[in-house]
Amino acid sequence: MRAPTPIPEQDAGHALPLLDIRDLTVEFATRRGTVRAVRHVNFSLAKGETLAIVGESGSGKSVTSYAAMRILDRAGRIAEGAVSFSGLDLRAAPEATMRDLRGREISMIFQNPRAALNPIRKIGKQIEDALLQHAQVDRAAAAGKAVAMLEQVRIARPRERYHAYPFELSGGMCQRVVIALALACRPQLLIADEPTTGLDVTTQKAVMDLLVELTRERGMSTILITHDLGLAAAYCDRVVVMEKGEVVESAGSETIFRHPEHPYTRKLMHATPRPGVTLRALLPEGSGEPRPAPASAPDVDRQPLLTVENLVKDYPRQGARGALSKLWRSEPVPESDSFRAVDGISFSIGRGESVGLVGESGCGKSTTSSLLMRLIDQTSGSIVFDGENIGDIPARRFAKMPLRRRIQMVFQDATDSLNPRYTAARAIADPILRLGNLSGRDAVRARCEELAGQVGLPLDLLDRFPHQLSGGQKARVGIARAIALKPDLVILDEPTAALDVSVQAVVLNLLQDLKDSLGMSYLFVSHDLNVVRLLCDRVIVMQAGKIVEQGPSKRIMVSPATDYTRELLAAIPHPPL
Amino acid sequence: MLATLGKRLATAIPTLIGVVIVTFLLTRVLPGDPAVYFAGPAATPQSIAEVRKSLGLDRPLPEQFLRYVGDLAHGDLGNSLSTGQPVVKELRSRLPASAELTLSGLLLSLVIAVPLGVLAAVRQGSWIDHICRIVATAGVSLPVFFTGLLLVYIFYFVLGWAPSPVGRLDAFATAPPSITGFYLFDSLLARDFESFRAALSQLILPAVTLAVFSLAPIARMTRASMLAVLSSDFVRTARASGLATRTVIVTYAFRNAMLPVITTLGMVFSFLLGANVLVEKVFAWPGIGSYAVEALIASDFAPVQGFVLAMAILYVALNLAIDVLYGVIDPRVRVDG
Repeated sequence: MRAPTPIPEQDAGHALPLLDIRDLTVEFATRRGTVRAVRHVNFSLAKGETLAIVGESGSGKSVTSYAAMRILDRAGRIAEGAVSFSGLDLRAAPEATMRDLRGREISMIFQNPRAALNPIRKIGKQIEDALLQHAQVDRAAAAGKAVAMLEQVRIARPRERYHAYPFELSGGMCQRVVIALALACRPQLLIADEPTTGLDVTTQKAVMDLLVELTRERGMSTILITHDLGLAAAYCDRVVVMEKGEVVESAGSETIFRHPEHPYTRKLMHATPRPGVTLRALLPEGSGEPRPAPASAPDVDRQPLLTVENLVKDYPRQGARGALSKLWRSEPVPESDSFRAVDGISFSIGRGESVGLVGESGCGKSTTSSLLMRLIDQTSGSIVFDGENIGDIPARRFAKMPLRRRIQMVFQDATDSLNPRYTAARAIADPILRLGNLSGRDAVRARCEELAGQVGLPLDLLDRFPHQLSGGQKARVGIARAIALKPDLVILDEPTAALDVSVQAVVLNLLQDLKDSLGMSYLFVSHDLNVVRLLCDRVIVMQAGKIVEQGPSKRIMVSPATDYTRELLAAIPHPPL
Repeated sequence: MLATLGKRLATAIPTLIGVVIVTFLLTRVLPGDPAVYFAGPAATPQSIAEVRKSLGLDRPLPEQFLRYVGDLAHGDLGNSLSTGQPVVKELRSRLPASAELTLSGLLLSLVIAVPLGVLAAVRQGSWIDHICRIVATAGVSLPVFFTGLLLVYIFYFVLGWAPSPVGRLDAFATAPPSITGFYLFDSLLARDFESFRAALSQLILPAVTLAVFSLAPIARMTRASMLAVLSSDFVRTARASGLATRTVIVTYAFRNAMLPVITTLGMVFSFLLGANVLVEKVFAWPGIGSYAVEALIASDFAPVQGFVLAMAILYVALNLAIDVLYGVIDPRVRVDG
């Protein structure tokens, strides 16, 4: 073990910024030549300050922080500028010094916490690795310190969890472990790169509150990298807005939200869903005429399109004994062998109605949508679609029935749900070729082009492959594919979760327009009430497999009837407007 | 752990039953009539019919099969028609020879290929990466009999460093008392270092031949899986927490990268069992492969059936070992077990 590199005396009389980035330019060598991902970025961070770097994907906000820690991948390099940490020139520092600084003075939290942890090493051991590396403890005391860290990030039963592997923990729990790992050596600066993306709102709030509390307690400085303006406003002193590799605005968070100066900041603010704002108002001013809101309220008197009664779905518990070993051992099994994901829910969706299904991850909303899609079979209960009990039809058979055309889905991850070897046109044509009654190449192509027009996908993009399309374009392909067979019901499974706010605004509006013109019903599954209420007339709130509340979205947003819904609402961070 | 092992063993049983049926049928549909072959060139139809009767080949297939299974249950694989020896006895003496050769080859290639693959990935694009590519390409493009003959030509004929490439021991050494059947182990156990040296010097060339052949898949797989793991999020986390390069590469990257390599290893082992046949021919190695080929040419059922069955059992055992190893390395596998 190397002797720790001495850190220059901090705060020697004059107020030196903890981190100072001057004129930073980062280049990446790619096949198509050198790309400047970050250009002439300047900002500094005082001791104990919390700074947010806000921007959409590709704005260079992550690259800036990777450059500061010198953990860019091999293709990237700092081309110009200076990074200094407590007066130490990080660009010139030898690699060994950098290694000592990383984790001990500057640490980082990443998005996708489960992937950020070594899948085959016990989480306690991973924390120990960092502690031992920076000579914070000796080998004998390491385990105790690791357990203490787990306790500090509020992991229940830390002694037991020390021996857990990442796959045995939930996403929120994994993020706590990553935080414990980052804070274990008591660094002075913490860089959190989208620490809560992929976590649901209540977990996000818990993780962020914990993070703020721990960093404040230790007098640490924090950089929060996020695309979520609400999050930045709620937790940071100062905000730096980046666009296409450049800093466009930098100000205190109060100021920036009250008087955003740069048009890009204004555009971002505008597109962020917030209370009291209509769906149409999310679009930039002057982009298309605001269509009149559909006056026709859903016809409640008519027979509903879909009625669900007492729907139950049990899953066998992981690690439950198989049938074979049950034969061998006749002792009673102590724990119930199954896990009830959906626990007797009943609701209905009217024709032309949009219903939101909201809840934290693990509440059973995805299982419910799979059940309605007839991708899996329920344990009991009925699903009546347009007068026919489709719950009686096994999922296996349903795929080949004409009814399949009438219930379609838009998936959460626009990238992963497209076949990487199909062009956009082929992806859209897929359901037509399988279930549609169009024959002949020209007819199918014409229909694809018509659909592309409907979802606003430029026709020249139809022959591109998914990797050649942007996130928003891929989302459009996914939507075009779902509406290709003119379905009556479309299940939207967090269709905008992976999109930037401005793209999200456009896609949500597109969905609304499509619904108005095609007369479909939507079931919008999401964890974000603020997004759901933009699109939905009615909201169903689920918790632990049960429906805890349902009603008109306006009423639920204003006066929620249950504590759980209140908790969900309170967890959404808002810009101070 | 034991329950998992038992469960995996239980799933192997249908495979083995299938193998027994297929080997039986396969040898019956192979061209060539063993009765004609053994009756000799001057046979009359009557004598052929007699031979057929004595071999039990005149019976209907199901009856032949039942008899075959009955014999199997008693550990009787029949007698070889060409040598007259019981197949079990022959297999027992030849299998260790093949296993020793294959395992040494595999071990040798592991020792070279894994570090080579790791280095090639860590120093991607450097000279060591190019060496890795060249070695791997050369290794697969050379057929084993050619590599074998080349090695014999250079090290035995030209340089005279290697002993004559005939069998497992030279004429002056005596075989050690059989305990494991592996001469290297047995001679060490008997503290007979002279035999050990003799066995080792006979083993080196054929083992190298096999190693050259199996180098490529292992090195390439190690490199590819190392590269994938090195660019993963958790390696970035490890680097961001300032862990030493050695810890990052060994504890974080390498152990994760080993998972697909172990799977490849199982496949490479089975390729090697096949490649063995040629190597055994070139080096006059008294192994199971050359035995099976000779029997096949002679339409001699029993040894072929015995060979296929032995290979199948070996392969099942190997896969079981790999599954267990996987479970040891990867905690995620243990859950589904």
